[in-house]
Amino acid sequence: MKTLKLLFTSKKFVFGLCLFLTLLFLGLLFPVFNHKDPLDLAGFMYQPPSKEFWLGTDNFGRDVLVELIHGLKTSMFIGLLAGTVATLIGVGIGLTAGYIGGWVDNLLNTITNIFLVVPPFVILILISVSLQNRSLGIMGLIIGITSWPWTARAVRAQATSLRVREHIDLAKISGMGTFEIMLREVLPYIMSYIFMAFVLQVASGILNEAGISMLGLGPSNIVSLGTMLSWALLFEAVRTGAWWAFIPPALTIAFITFSLLFMSTGMDEIFNPRLRS
Amino acid sequence: MDKKILLKVRNLTRVFGSKKKRVVAVKNVSFDIYENEIISIVGESGSGKTTTARMMLNLLKPTEGTIEIEGEDISNFRGKKKREYWRKVQGIFQDPFASFNQFFTVRKVLDDSFKLFDVQPSKEEKDKRIRKVLEYVNMRYEEVAEKYPFELSGGQRQRIMIARIFLIEPKLLIADEPTSMIDAVLRSSILELLLSLREREKSSIVFITHDLGLAYYVSDRILIMHNGELVEQGSADDIITNPQHPYTKKLIQDVPTLHQEWAL
Repeated sequence: MKTLKLLFTSKKFVFGLCLFLTLLFLGLLFPVFNHKDPLDLAGFMYQPPSKEFWLGTDNFGRDVLVELIHGLKTSMFIGLLAGTVATLIGVGIGLTAGYIGGWVDNLLNTITNIFLVVPPFVILILISVSLQNRSLGIMGLIIGITSWPWTARAVRAQATSLRVREHIDLAKISGMGTFEIMLREVLPYIMSYIFMAFVLQVASGILNEAGISMLGLGPSNIVSLGTMLSWALLFEAVRTGAWWAFIPPALTIAFITFSLLFMSTGMDEIFNPRLRS
Repeated sequence: MDKKILLKVRNLTRVFGSKKKRVVAVKNVSFDIYENEIISIVGESGSGKTTTARMMLNLLKPTEGTIEIEGEDISNFRGKKKREYWRKVQGIFQDPFASFNQFFTVRKVLDDSFKLFDVQPSKEEKDKRIRKVLEYVNMRYEEVAEKYPFELSGGQRQRIMIARIFLIEPKLLIADEPTSMIDAVLRSSILELLLSLREREKSSIVFITHDLGLAYYVSDRILIMHNGELVEQGSADDIITNPQHPYTKKLIQDVPTLHQEWAL
């Protein structure tokens, strides 16, 4: 609790959090007040920004602003879900492998390496193709399940080096169990690491979704920032000079990542008590 | 005087690595620790003294040999038995900073040692005891309880570790170079605190040190280790006045004295 309070003394963290929450609430609240359908063909192809369409229209003549906010919601959901799934699996496997060591480490490391050498995008495509109904939740899960190995690697390396510290010995002779030591004596030391990995996972989750949507394997009939970019690419928005079709979604992705990175830097300062001043 | 044996170490051997990288850290070491005595294990870096200490604390499994407490081999201890062992045998480590989890306050570190107790004292009782042991080590509860380890000096941190020992009241304390990372001025006060443990709790203490002078000053018996082997053991006076092994003789020669000029 005390640490949580401390977090709010970090300007970087607060700034990142505010930006992130603003984007999140924009995505969540806007559709409540504005009932426009993002897939509604409201105007003509690539109309520039005007009073009617604040951010212009896309190649199908749909309102970019409405699309953007619905897409923001979708992408955030997929990114957060994928990031959470990847982080949970990665931390679980990495922490166990690194702290317990021995044959457990060997086994888990082998599994991690297998996942690491198979390009996740290939697995992603194969799973996506084999699924009839690709809902948002399924997409997030698939992306999460294919992208955990890097987190596992980073966490394992950290846990291995922490395992031999004297405070772990002290915890042992104080009668703490293995699981308790992992949670209390190892995890706090790598918390900022994990959050940074989470941030990157969320960002790459959003990008992965965009990539897979571009191949037409994205969630069916839903607008996301990724599908917007892929439409812009397919219908040559860059060459036609229709900047409003691709800059807003690209900027939005950048803003999400930016806000998460700011939070992670702020957290690093707080979680590492030696940096507290 | 017939003293009871507290810990029986027999043919203790520890090997790290295998094949080409094989290192025998501790070779066939046997000794006893009696109740209410202070012994020192003296040796240079790499002599295997810390490895011996870690095995005695049940933090490391011996490759061969046994450590017995009250007739039971400690390597078979699991769960509750292990906790019981650590209730009787505790340790203090060399680096007072690394011994602390930097995310927890002093109060929490001390609170955690109650985990070893079968019956948990009430919150008031815990509070009372923590205040008492902090007093033993000349610290004020109000001043240090809510502090994080990085806010304390090395000497203060080591005193917290000693307070923790007073809280657990073990029968045997294994102190691995407890003063080597502390300012010379504070060393004697830390040593006195450790020695007071024998008076107060009737505990035995094992000092692991490289400093023969210190060992002579504090202990009843001295064990000399060299290259993983126990080369000599005996009462402190015997070792100093009548050393048998050449390595011991060399060690004694190397103890600097204040009154003689140093031959450097």
